[in-house]
Amino acid sequence: MAIFLNEESILIVQGMTGSEGTKHTRRMLASGTKILGGVTPGKGGQLVDIDGHQLPVFNTVAEAMSATGANTSVVFVPPKFAKAAVIDAIDALMPLVVVITEGIPVHDAASFYAYSVSKGTTRIIGPNCPGLISPGKSNVGIIPANITGAGPIGLVSKSGTLTYQMMYELREIGFTTAVGIGGDPVIGTTHIDALRAFQDDPETTAIVMIGEIGGDAEERAAAFIVQYVTKPVIAYVAGFTAPEGKTMGHAGAIVSGSSGTAQAKKDALEAAGVQVGQTPSETAQLLRDILGR
Amino acid sequence: MDLFEYQARELFEKHGVPVLAAEIATTLDEAEAAAKKIGGKVVVKAQVKVGGRGKAGGVKLAEDAVDAREKASAILGMDIKGHTVRTVMIAAAAPIESEYYLSILLDRSNRNFLVMASVSGGMDIEEVAHTAPEKLVKIPVSAVDGINALKAREIVAAAKFPEDVAEQVAQTLLRLWEVFQSEDATLVEVNPLIKSKEGKIIALDGKITIDDNALFRQPDHSALVDHASTNALEAAAKERDLNYVKLDGQVGIIGNGAGLVMSTLDVVADAGKKYGGVQPANFLDIGGGASAQVMADGLSIILGDSDVKSVFVNVFGGITSCDAVATGIVQALELLGSKATKPIVVRLEGNNVVQGREILAKAAHRLVEQVETMDGAADRAAQLAAK
Repeated sequence: MAIFLNEESILIVQGMTGSEGTKHTRRMLASGTKILGGVTPGKGGQLVDIDGHQLPVFNTVAEAMSATGANTSVVFVPPKFAKAAVIDAIDALMPLVVVITEGIPVHDAASFYAYSVSKGTTRIIGPNCPGLISPGKSNVGIIPANITGAGPIGLVSKSGTLTYQMMYELREIGFTTAVGIGGDPVIGTTHIDALRAFQDDPETTAIVMIGEIGGDAEERAAAFIVQYVTKPVIAYVAGFTAPEGKTMGHAGAIVSGSSGTAQAKKDALEAAGVQVGQTPSETAQLLRDILGR
Repeated sequence: MDLFEYQARELFEKHGVPVLAAEIATTLDEAEAAAKKIGGKVVVKAQVKVGGRGKAGGVKLAEDAVDAREKASAILGMDIKGHTVRTVMIAAAAPIESEYYLSILLDRSNRNFLVMASVSGGMDIEEVAHTAPEKLVKIPVSAVDGINALKAREIVAAAKFPEDVAEQVAQTLLRLWEVFQSEDATLVEVNPLIKSKEGKIIALDGKITIDDNALFRQPDHSALVDHASTNALEAAAKERDLNYVKLDGQVGIIGNGAGLVMSTLDVVADAGKKYGGVQPANFLDIGGGASAQVMADGLSIILGDSDVKSVFVNVFGGITSCDAVATGIVQALELLGSKATKPIVVRLEGNNVVQGREILAKAAHRLVEQVETMDGAADRAAQLAAK
């Protein structure tokens, strides 16, 4: 088992004909992901050759779904057109939409998120996220596939490179699924959604959660852990030295006032019985200790 | 990006939010001329992006143009919580009957928008929220449906605005929603929203935060950037599309990915405790595709910071593999030549790490030192900075 993504995932790539889309379609295919087509409005009917795979291009997600049976979509569409692309996928009742695009205006993200909630049929991951990987089964997004293999750890993270770093630290143990949820102010899938799914996944035996400054998602996750999660959770929080009022790369990583600080998040998690590592490597060690490996 | 009050006022005016006549001034002559133009009593207000300017003496009432000049001379150049006052706004003075509060903001926790309204405006609204939460009404607004006339009247009724101003406040809220939506704002706040002696609703002071991600469809917003108070290194980094924030420490940091770089700052600050409190000098994320040119740009910005004593390059090779990053570092040092003068600790991990480390070892640059782990490299960089 794995969460959100498994060997039955069939993917289409929105924005496949763009340079980023093509590059990452190639990488995802190479790591064994089942990709059956792409969507670029106005380019429907074309056939794109990517490393010997003949992939049809469709004008809409609905057409792509009925032709390919896809149940997952990944969005590499530029910020300007991203909202329309996600709305197209929601209208087609696509079950899982992974939005990699960085720099989407927050009004657009709030709007497509609210729309997905009103329809109730689509899970959005992202935007501005690295995607997710269930090693050995499927890889959707830009996470390097060769860091590590399948294993019993579930990982959920706001940050892309910290996801890779943590997968690397724990490469000898492996992961059921690693999910990068993104660090924007409005995201479709939260720490809580991933924690719930990992708790319910019989193959996941321990969970690593990576947070960073900004918002109160980690504090909420801590409250959720107390209520719902019985599996061991280890956490890491980045941004202790970030100054107030400055944006640290991620649009959401900004400290305002006393809430949203790394210390507040660490305190909330520790109060919920979650061990919080001081560095990524110490966090990995805490997890190894728990698993006795 | 947070806007100055005068910029917020201009956006209010553009979208039909009622405001008073006002002019901005950066010199005493301009201040006097502005006060003359407006006529009568005026208020001279410091333009700083920080709260509490009233208490700091940054807002003064002036009887006439000559007095306005005098008040402006006291305020211009003033330091308010580390912000230098470079501009004042001269605004018509309004006799106030009542003060209210109204704002629209992005509600991160609930992933939608929120209107906050109170008939107890004027003072610190956080204080109201804390001591008398029943006086601050919070109403969620759907990002899909927004605020229409019906919703606006609902909010005004819920906040118990007096009947004689209710319709005016509702109309103002509709205009504010237009500002929020059409300017891609994440915060639009009016405090105080006043009822004048004549019974008119007026936005007396405003705060707007706009979304930098929306710049591609908001061409006018680039003119709102405050270049005067932007740090020179930050401005240079921005020109090269680098994500850089200047901090106060001594260890220059370069990494790939926002989260990893933030984590690097923490690990360096932690290691620095052993060396007399050495701290990171900056945040610099060179992104996923760390080419030689980007690495050179990043290194030259950091080496241009006279506070920097050592540099820590912390890269996890993902899509861009370690050998490409190592080649980038070597080429960057060639490009920089004699401009590179500070010790550089490099930690590479991830894809093709063996080849990457080999490239750096072969180049054997006199300034470059490799350490295998992030914690070890942070310790070494902090130690070098403390020397």
